[in-house]
Amino acid sequence: MADLASSFVGITSPNPFWLASAPPTDKEVNVRRAFEAGWGGVVWKTLGSEGPPIVNVNGPRYGAVWGADRRLLGLNNIELITDRPLQVNLDEIRRVKRDWPDRAMVISLMVPCDEESWKDILMRIEDTGADGVELNFGCPHGMAERGMGSAVGQVPEYIEMVTAWVKHYSKLPCIVKLTPNVTSILPPALAAYRGGADAVSLINTVKSITNVDLDHFSPFPMIDGKGSHGGYCGPAVKPIALNMVAEIARHPDMRGLPISGIGGVTTWRDAAEFIALGAGNVQVCTAAMTYGFKIVQEMISGLSQYLDEKAMTLDELRGRAVPNFVEWQDLNLNYTTKAHINQDDCIKCGRCYAACEDTSHQAIAMSPDRVFTVKDDECVACNLCVNVCPVENCITMVELPVGSMDPRTGRPVAPVGTWTTHPNNPSAQAAE
Amino acid sequence: MSNTPHTAGIVAGRLPADAYARNFGDAEPPLDRHEAQVAADRCYFCHDAPCITACPTDIDIPLFIRQIATGTPEAAARTIFGQNILGGMCARVCPTETLCEQACVREAAEGKPVEIGRLQRFATDMLMTQGVHPFTRAAPTGRRVAVVGAGPAGLACAHRLAMLGHDVAIYDARPKAGGLNEYGIAQYKSVGDFAQAEVEWLLQIGGISISNSMALGRDVTLAGLQADYDAVFLGMGLAGVNALRVPGEDRGNVRDAVDFIADLRQTPDKSALPIGRDVVVIGGGMTAVDAAVQSRLLGAQNVTIVYRRGQDRMSASDYEQHHAQTAGVRIVTNAAPVAVHGNGAVTEVEFAYTAEGPGGLSLTDDRFRLRADQVFKAIGQTLSGAPEGLALTGGKILVTGPGRTSLSGIWAGGDCAAGGDDLTVTAVAEGRDAAMDIHASLTRRG
Repeated sequence: MADLASSFVGITSPNPFWLASAPPTDKEVNVRRAFEAGWGGVVWKTLGSEGPPIVNVNGPRYGAVWGADRRLLGLNNIELITDRPLQVNLDEIRRVKRDWPDRAMVISLMVPCDEESWKDILMRIEDTGADGVELNFGCPHGMAERGMGSAVGQVPEYIEMVTAWVKHYSKLPCIVKLTPNVTSILPPALAAYRGGADAVSLINTVKSITNVDLDHFSPFPMIDGKGSHGGYCGPAVKPIALNMVAEIARHPDMRGLPISGIGGVTTWRDAAEFIALGAGNVQVCTAAMTYGFKIVQEMISGLSQYLDEKAMTLDELRGRAVPNFVEWQDLNLNYTTKAHINQDDCIKCGRCYAACEDTSHQAIAMSPDRVFTVKDDECVACNLCVNVCPVENCITMVELPVGSMDPRTGRPVAPVGTWTTHPNNPSAQAAE
Repeated sequence: MSNTPHTAGIVAGRLPADAYARNFGDAEPPLDRHEAQVAADRCYFCHDAPCITACPTDIDIPLFIRQIATGTPEAAARTIFGQNILGGMCARVCPTETLCEQACVREAAEGKPVEIGRLQRFATDMLMTQGVHPFTRAAPTGRRVAVVGAGPAGLACAHRLAMLGHDVAIYDARPKAGGLNEYGIAQYKSVGDFAQAEVEWLLQIGGISISNSMALGRDVTLAGLQADYDAVFLGMGLAGVNALRVPGEDRGNVRDAVDFIADLRQTPDKSALPIGRDVVVIGGGMTAVDAAVQSRLLGAQNVTIVYRRGQDRMSASDYEQHHAQTAGVRIVTNAAPVAVHGNGAVTEVEFAYTAEGPGGLSLTDDRFRLRADQVFKAIGQTLSGAPEGLALTGGKILVTGPGRTSLSGIWAGGDCAAGGDDLTVTAVAEGRDAAMDIHASLTRRG
């Protein structure tokens, strides 16, 4: 079994699977159960300043999007930071960390955007034994309207300023949690980096309305006939998160900045993908909220098996896909594939035909006895047929070797050529 | 009640009182909302779906399943009824395992098709229990059509004609409408007097009258109908029954399986129905299976189906055969009856094993006897009393295209007409299509 022991900004944990700051990490009872199940660490649910407790709604906090068989694909919430007294949380954190010294214990923080508030909260947590802090600059609802959460995360200057305060008043590793509710993730990430952050974590949730109640004409989750935007998470946001993680990972100015990957991690495979795109570890919430803490055991066994099969260490996997994350103009436009339908696996549903004929390139033929075949002289290799086919690997993309004839263009497949050198590109540079 | 399955002879009440409700309840319970949702989610919404092609009535199955999946089962029911007004009964009795569900791509993919039949029942029950009839009549045409037979073919034909604005008079030989839906379906496939409820629901379209106990050739004549109506549709089914043609066939307690099944359907208290201890059913179709299984469900100790050819030749589907065997019915194949023995009433049936050769089926000298106090004959039904002047083929009414007989102005469909499987769903399709042709003929200009 591959060794999954992980060190992230100097914080060690037996595996790279942490629970994200969220309801599963709000209380001692939950976190103890998580550690018993095998989670490598937790980011304790966000603490606020001392004062009157946070108030939550007393109607539905969550909305959801489902796939077939009611599989939960996306979850949104309008819950705020912890609504329990600060001292209760601090006492519990201290007790749990004492009993589970090998697990990562990071505290998420969100206080008003002034130096005193940050200084004060950092002093309060100092003797809990926690391994680090995560600055919650991501929460898009409730707290943002009070000048916290994503209200900070959307202003790079604030990020830099608060990060610098935290680094000034605390020796603990500082992870800055970023909001995806921005047009580009790079300015906030660069701001955190400039402020001295030891790492960034992303993504926090995406502003969202999961659905509309068509009887009450209210967004959902609906509170007494009205709805507010919530934060979207779960498998549905993974593609957004992967892109944002990768953008930071490949940025030349932030090379080496540790990233904690968050957003729809549901299986070991999702975790491996985040790590390959540069994440040092991953944080999980929705999957645990859907299936319970035991899922970490599949993540552990799956990632170990994968690393064993690849004869790779966790460190060797980390960032392995980053160099291959390029701009469109750097893609090889001469690379040519054709869809191929394996007739033995085909169940003759015809979805590839409908998709191609109705919405794409009319490149699949259908015989009267429902045999579906690809017309190589029409196929542009868009991959839609692969994506709509219910049988995995029934349709595959077969690469045409350089020099072989492409029946669609009537020309041989040329060697590597990108847009940067393409004759149709007015700014093309002539090859040296 | 002191009778048991072991009690000799033909007696009632072989089982404890509570067993009957259990045995004759829904063989396949209806899907509830959650089950329907899960089942509907499995449909792939295939292009030019094979299930539609396999359905004799061409129901747009992927569409109706998607309508269920999106929370509009009433719209699903409209999709079904638009093609098949008896979609409620067909959902219960169709041999889906040889039709739509056999064609389902998930049968190919996983050996587990989408449960199309049960989903259809979910949708149609939903609308029917609301008492909603989803169609209205077109403006009256003033044309009148006679329909002979209130079975699936006649009802489907009548409904479509009424919808198109024609007035329809149905004549049916039996005391109740419904045909085989009422008299010929195994009890556990259609519980709770569904056949009558369905007829009443169907008649909500208006413009249809039903005259019961009016048989063609006895109470009405084809010539009379031709004189009184603008068109005639014949859908009277197959009233005759094939004989064994072996010595002793007329002994007591040897009867037609269809009569037994009809009696069973018309008897509310199943514990009052006498059944033999040793029952022999001769035949290889659905009727044989229905009679045999229900004999077991009434408490018969030993029930044997004997079929003259190999098991693969039985017209009862594999699913039905398996159902019979699970119910404790023994299936003996490649054996044909040669004599019914007994003293007044049957006590034994003698069979000869058969051999299939180039010249057809022949009896061998290898013989055996089965103890029997009751014998049900299920070797096929025949058209009896076909009106004079109609061309027949293979003992059935010759039809071309959408049910046109050899006589102008007369259409036929369902079991009495040649061609097509003798299935409820096929009869519905034939009745519907004949109605469209009748409509075209009645509204043709000039």
